[in-house]
Amino acid sequence: MFGFSFRPRKAASASTAKERLQILLAHERSGHGSARPDCLPQLQREILDVIRRHMQIGDEAIDIRMERGDELSSLEINIEFPGKLGVN
Amino acid sequence: MSKDLTLEQPMGRVIVVTSGKGGVGKTTTSAAVGAELARRGHKTVVIDFDVGLRNLDMIMGCERRVVFDFINVIQGDAKLKQALIRDRRLENLAVLPTSQTRDKDALTRDGVAKVLEELRQEFDYIICDSPAGIERGAQMAMHFADEAIVVTNPEVSSVRDSDRVLGLLNSITERAGKTGAEPVKAQVLITRHDKARVDSGEMMTVEDVLEVLAVPLLGIIPESKAVLRASNLGVPVVLDDPSAAAAAYEDAVGRLIGEQIEMRIAADPRRGLLQRLFRRTV
Repeated sequence: MFGFSFRPRKAASASTAKERLQILLAHERSGHGSARPDCLPQLQREILDVIRRHMQIGDEAIDIRMERGDELSSLEINIEFPGKLGVN
Repeated sequence: MSKDLTLEQPMGRVIVVTSGKGGVGKTTTSAAVGAELARRGHKTVVIDFDVGLRNLDMIMGCERRVVFDFINVIQGDAKLKQALIRDRRLENLAVLPTSQTRDKDALTRDGVAKVLEELRQEFDYIICDSPAGIERGAQMAMHFADEAIVVTNPEVSSVRDSDRVLGLLNSITERAGKTGAEPVKAQVLITRHDKARVDSGEMMTVEDVLEVLAVPLLGIIPESKAVLRASNLGVPVVLDDPSAAAAAYEDAVGRLIGEQIEMRIAADPRRGLLQRLFRRTV
């Protein structure tokens, strides 16, 4: 084919870089969440403690994942139970 | 490890990426080498040893997913598997991020040893991304290494610092201290190589650098626009669009795992006017 390509130009990578930095630094500067060193380990311990009041689970049964976003971040907490649940 | 067992690789190999001087491409190299090993089917983890100045996560593009880190694991606040971030592009690849808020003193030799031992059970290759300098963090990153990639720019201060680092690899590492152990296998990776400037005599040649350092050459990574682009995007350069830098890292990884690959100096093709008109990219 002749003529210019009208495919949209690939978004310049520099704008992606800036956007990624802005999201990350906003989280780091705010001092919330993962920027506070002991926040998540402590959260994990407390969650385990609460659950242990009701059922038996091991230290490794908890899996915490996080996804930081521009406006929203999400925290995903998975807890594995051995076999049958120990509750009614 | 006995030589006869290297084919089976029962335990992961620890490879430190180090340089002494900052800004020469350690993290770019760690990400590229880790990703290429994983793409070739080897279970690979890349660890950030730069406590307080976390950056590997950005270069790998997983910065939004860091929950626990290396220091949390050393201090017993998290299990190793909770801190490992599995790459979304390559199932064999994982990242162990470092802490952004602690300092280098949080790295204890026993703690690092324990984490590496656990990683050796699960992974074929453990890539340690060293901080710049030759202080505690850099020494921790190299201490347990089986092999070293010394990243060097063809520039006087970088070559001098590489020489210093090679000296440390031969004196302060665990292998250096153990009688009968093979020394750390160190190879130099020349990065930001600019063929045009070498040809015009403005930049030291690969031979010049090797003559000074007297260690084997792992590869030559050309100066390439692809490296900044990959960093902007958070993609290891070997996983982004094809480029001279990516091809050079692929070759280097082949040599790292024992393939015989002829040394070549790749260059990004200069696109002609027609190509630029028809295919506007980057």
